[in-house]
Amino acid sequence: MTKTFETGYTALRGVQLEIAPQRFVALVGPSGCGKSTTLALVAGLDAPSGGTVSVRGKPVDGITDSVGFLFQRDALLPWKTVRDNVMLPLQLRGVAGAQARERTADWIDRVGLRGFEGAYPYQLSGGMRKRVALAQTLVYDPEILLMDEPFSALDVQTRNLMEAEVLGLWQGSGKTVMFVTHDLEEAIALADEVVVMTAGPGRVKARYDVPLPRPRDIEQVRFDPRFTELYRAMWDDMRDEVLESYARARQAG
Amino acid sequence: MRERVKPVNRWIVRAAQLGLSAAFVAAWELGVRWHAADATKGIDPFFFSEPSQIAATIAGWWEHGYVVRDVLVTMEETVLGLIVGGTIGIVLAVLLASSRWLGAIFVPFLVLFNSLPRVTLIPLFILWFGFTLWSKTVSAVVLVLFVVFFATYDGIKDVDPTLIANVRVLGASRWAVMRHVLIPSALTWIFSSLRSAVGFALIGAVVAEYFGAQAGVGYRIQYSESQLNTSGVFGGLFILMVLVSLINLFLEWLQRRLLVWKPQNAS
Repeated sequence: MTKTFETGYTALRGVQLEIAPQRFVALVGPSGCGKSTTLALVAGLDAPSGGTVSVRGKPVDGITDSVGFLFQRDALLPWKTVRDNVMLPLQLRGVAGAQARERTADWIDRVGLRGFEGAYPYQLSGGMRKRVALAQTLVYDPEILLMDEPFSALDVQTRNLMEAEVLGLWQGSGKTVMFVTHDLEEAIALADEVVVMTAGPGRVKARYDVPLPRPRDIEQVRFDPRFTELYRAMWDDMRDEVLESYARARQAG
Repeated sequence: MRERVKPVNRWIVRAAQLGLSAAFVAAWELGVRWHAADATKGIDPFFFSEPSQIAATIAGWWEHGYVVRDVLVTMEETVLGLIVGGTIGIVLAVLLASSRWLGAIFVPFLVLFNSLPRVTLIPLFILWFGFTLWSKTVSAVVLVLFVVFFATYDGIKDVDPTLIANVRVLGASRWAVMRHVLIPSALTWIFSSLRSAVGFALIGAVVAEYFGAQAGVGYRIQYSESQLNTSGVFGGLFILMVLVSLINLFLEWLQRRLLVWKPQNAS
């Protein structure tokens, strides 16, 4: 598939990518390589300029069924409390009453925010807001999770906690995950498979299987020799792309 | 990152404001007394009246029941103008903001009409509706409508696209996006516009009363003017001032209640 924007910028050119169900796949690449665009196309938030995007064998036309999307930026509704934000997708999907309240309370509890049900987003820290967003996404149990650098704005400690949280919630859930990041370490620590993309217009440069055992300890896994090995191989691939993206940015600037 | 600046003492501020107002009124009154003693100096009450006379005029009106009646009449026109103009403004903004086609076609017309000095249309409304409540209400409506329209329209256009993308993935239809994202987001803007809209509604109503009415604060001012009664003019202005202040206090209170999710409104 190919995606060219109205401005004439081509984010993706000839991307061929197939994701097996129930896998945790990370997409890495330099900024501007079209990682986020790929997710938007899978979610149906945007349409490709050429080629097709199919989910579960069906071409994407409008918002894809049963996907969850975690955005890099804050996407909670600032005028709704934690409870109302988490309950919103249920409300939109016609789940109401006691069942909706129960599932909402359950998920607020599972992301560790019990006691904050009545708080507004501005009263929470960045990490807590991400937890709310996670609960909001998981409460309707989507089969596919799309995450667009969801933790890049958090400090390192909070970020590690959130990564561990995501792994814990995903483990055994049977969900397919596409996780976009520019951080190789994060990609390897979380994913079953890492897709390296080229500098824009993005193409798939290489794919790596991550043979690290599960369940994983997000802290410990980084000391595994296979982790270091993968990191080196991927970084070799990434370096050229990062340099190219950097050179282009300098030229443009 | 919050800066620790010592807040100003509210009581000192209030006392200073009160003191200044009292000094202003006293100087005015004394200026008139001085003029009475020496006609070449001070303030001529024929042109400027004097506080004690203004107070006496208002008290006289009060005894006749004019104050209550005038305020009620003007308020009725103003509030009707606000409700009708505000509703049309908001509905129009929601419609034009939700369709790129409608927006592209109609917004330039609204900009055009907005540039028209609408006070000059008031005689036309009197011609159409007579010296009735409706000529005043319509005058208020044409002023309010545009203020509220542009605020709401900009408010809806200004929404963070991430919020819209998120609720769409969460399962929102177009209407749900409107209800859960666009309208609440525009509400902040609508509120700030409502404060100025109140002023405009009142201007519309009062000026329309000027052109012809049987009651209302504008009518009272115009009538006093025709009698060369400057105390009456100032008295009417004073009543208007108090009226607008009260309405603004009410709106501020409402805003605090409705926008609790905003950081600056936190207690």
